[in-house]
Amino acid sequence: MKTTITEKQPLVARRSFIKVTALAGGGFMLGSYFGIGEQSAVAQTTMPATMPTTQSARNAAGDFAPSAFIRISPSGVVTIISKNPEIGQGIKTSLPMIIAEEMEVPWESVIVEQAPLNGAFTGQVAGGSTAIPSNYGRMRRLGATARTMLITAAAQTWNVPAEECIAEDGVVVHTTSGTRATYGELAAKAATLPVPDEKSVTLKEPKDFKILGKRIGGVDNIKIATGAALFGIDQQVPDLLYATYTKCPVFGGKVSSANVDAIKKMRGVRDAFVLEGGNGLGAGVAIVADSTWSAFKAQQKLQITWDNGDKATHSTASYTEQAEAFAKASPQKEVAKVGDVDAAFASAAKTAEGMYFYPHLSHATLEPQNCTAQFKDGAMHIWAPSQNPGSAQDVVVKALNIPKDKISIDMTRIGGGFGRRLMHDFVVEAAAIAQKLNGPPVKLTWTREQDMRHDYYRVGGWHKLKGAVDESGKVVAWSNHFITFGENSIDRAGNGANVGADEFPNRFIPNYNLGQSIISSHVPLGFWRAPGSCAYAWTFQSFIDELAHAAGKDPLEFRLTLLGEDREVPGSGGRGRPYSATRAKGVLKLAADKSGWGKTLPRGQGQGIAFHFSHQGYVAVVADVTVSKEGELKVNRLTAGVDVGPIINLSGAENQVHGSMIDGYSAALLQEITVAGGQVEQGNFHNYPLLRMPDSPAVDAHYIETAKEPTGLGEPALPPTAPAICNAIFAATGKRIRSLPLSKQDLTWS
Amino acid sequence: MPKYTLNVNGEPKAVDVDADTPLLWVLRDTIGLVGTKYGCGMSLCGACTVHINGQAIRACGTPVSAVGSGKVVTIEGLAKNGELTPLQKAWCDHDVAQCGYCQSGQIMSATALLASNPKPTDADIDAAMAGNICRCATYPRIRLAIHSAAEGKKGVE
Repeated sequence: MKTTITEKQPLVARRSFIKVTALAGGGFMLGSYFGIGEQSAVAQTTMPATMPTTQSARNAAGDFAPSAFIRISPSGVVTIISKNPEIGQGIKTSLPMIIAEEMEVPWESVIVEQAPLNGAFTGQVAGGSTAIPSNYGRMRRLGATARTMLITAAAQTWNVPAEECIAEDGVVVHTTSGTRATYGELAAKAATLPVPDEKSVTLKEPKDFKILGKRIGGVDNIKIATGAALFGIDQQVPDLLYATYTKCPVFGGKVSSANVDAIKKMRGVRDAFVLEGGNGLGAGVAIVADSTWSAFKAQQKLQITWDNGDKATHSTASYTEQAEAFAKASPQKEVAKVGDVDAAFASAAKTAEGMYFYPHLSHATLEPQNCTAQFKDGAMHIWAPSQNPGSAQDVVVKALNIPKDKISIDMTRIGGGFGRRLMHDFVVEAAAIAQKLNGPPVKLTWTREQDMRHDYYRVGGWHKLKGAVDESGKVVAWSNHFITFGENSIDRAGNGANVGADEFPNRFIPNYNLGQSIISSHVPLGFWRAPGSCAYAWTFQSFIDELAHAAGKDPLEFRLTLLGEDREVPGSGGRGRPYSATRAKGVLKLAADKSGWGKTLPRGQGQGIAFHFSHQGYVAVVADVTVSKEGELKVNRLTAGVDVGPIINLSGAENQVHGSMIDGYSAALLQEITVAGGQVEQGNFHNYPLLRMPDSPAVDAHYIETAKEPTGLGEPALPPTAPAICNAIFAATGKRIRSLPLSKQDLTWS
Repeated sequence: MPKYTLNVNGEPKAVDVDADTPLLWVLRDTIGLVGTKYGCGMSLCGACTVHINGQAIRACGTPVSAVGSGKVVTIEGLAKNGELTPLQKAWCDHDVAQCGYCQSGQIMSATALLASNPKPTDADIDAAMAGNICRCATYPRIRLAIHSAAEGKKGVE
């Protein structure tokens, strides 16, 4: 994942360090700074009290632009800045919780502010479930640094040893005399102290945590419940104009001609123009109007002659034909080869074979893509619902030739990410329109149809699988011909379209082959919640179930046997991520235990189990389903066993696990993006449905809090859900599901 | 352009917009009440749900010319003098929202449900809420929040 610190520094390495700043009037600010050279531990600056807002932080020039993490006002108000994009994963609550815990401030008294893009924060990305593992230690040390400085300030003021002072609930107490001072009272003094080396500060013992591990509600809950939370699409700027941008329905097509002169005459339309595109900007026609509706109406009257290029022949049917042809041949490329699968198949007690298929998916964030931008006096300001604003800045630099230091980005609350907003086509389009307008602010809003037809899709794919078990029921061979997509390439799989050489069950089976063939397609591919895993976990965990049944074994016991002894299996050749059989077995047993695995059920009811390791997290899911003879599926309950180490926010964690499981079910049940004539056929929720309340199953989440650094939970509960459901369908009906979505499969039984 | 005087959250709002302008965009772009969201434009997702005379309707599919003197209530009009309704409180207590984008519409649909059916069953909730999509799938907690508001209960823990 690209982070914000990508620019080359030719002379001296830039680094970020913690620095304290005194606020006029007696306040304290602790922030991360980008600077050149050595840390200036005693360097202090005094800033006016009005200065250290996030807005001014962005505007402050030079290497020493502060990115405040913590501010304490003289009256004792503690403000903690959340640096990462909030897409519904709860990071705006959980990162400040970590700081507040170590700082020893009551959570109820903390004010949380959203940061803008600022390189000194580093890692302002919502992607890959990485925010917790990459920030946990750093946020703790920041909070502990502030606490240490406040204690030192009190000790010096009272002329007592710091060891005799403790901090609790926003107050420093001298334990022997009982003298007390609030953080507000100590802020001015603390701001004059040198910043201790962040590695030297003492962290709290987890057993003393008062905030972490508790159920903490989202910091924006009241705003959301009253309609006051502002998403990207809600940005209001004085004299705002409203825009649409229409691109060729065939991906990559160009504008030959458009009736922009007629459009310009429509009521409410201020301007209309063609943008040729290039350097990351797709070609299209912009309409600028005085309201969103005027722009949408004018868009309906657009008459564009497109140059479709040579991709208008692409279709899902032709992709399927190519896949079927590939399946008959040997893979184009060998990805992994262990042992001798052919010999193992020849001597195996039982074998199973199956061809699995899953479709392309759209992200369908409920907030359609949108962005507000203003280009004025050579500087671009952007209000963006972006999962990676640093990357957004980079793509605007490239597409529009504006210097990086002239592009500032405010990070808005985001109405769903799921990976869609790691790509910044909509940001570049808004910025390009703003650049052309040169002055007024403009908000670009995509229609739902545009959003669904110009996505970076979750890649579809096929897996031709063969497996073998020995007399004792152990898996002895596994071969997989994986047929995937390249983006206009037959050599390189697209984003999210790879299966890693180490992917499970490799490393757990003595004879293993993974081969790959690539279909070239012009369909843009992107990262969709739990990229890769969201697709192939279904395939592999379904096929493991097939092997369990071929061996005549209980699906849980079969998996525990496959995982083998408690141990951590290193990556191939000592490289790559290790795989903990211990933790995988732990979550399997937990999910099985909590779901009452092993019930004897009548025909038409079934339990299924699956597990997966992704994003550093281990999750197993048990599904309980009922299938009527007429083939009507009801998922009664999904039970998750989760090991991502210690839980930061119990309420937020539960939301992520519940949401991931239902999202996984929704996609597997209902969703498929198809292509005809080079264009995506679906356009709105009538032909690309999302699961609704009446079909939402009961869900529950259980945890093993293995004593490790915590890892992220936005993604890992999704991959094992669909296979658990399909395995339960098999248990209920005897029908093995090898193709998605489920709504297109015949589940009738007699 | 035609001129309309709408009754929004108890206040008269004079707007100059085309007759076919959906109430959604009048609320958002003209009046500046952006709590009502755009999701689909086809009355499929419920993100734009508001009340007209107490009925939950989709503002994206309701032209301004059809509103007349109907009393429009948006998400911004539920709390009175900063006091959240019991349902809004339940939403916060249960920490329902993830991304939060659909929640205005969810709360408006649930508010209309409780007004007509103070003690809804699960089936009643399914029927009343089926028109509101949540991409983050917060459905289990939406159900909990509606039940606890109906029962006058506080949050989970």
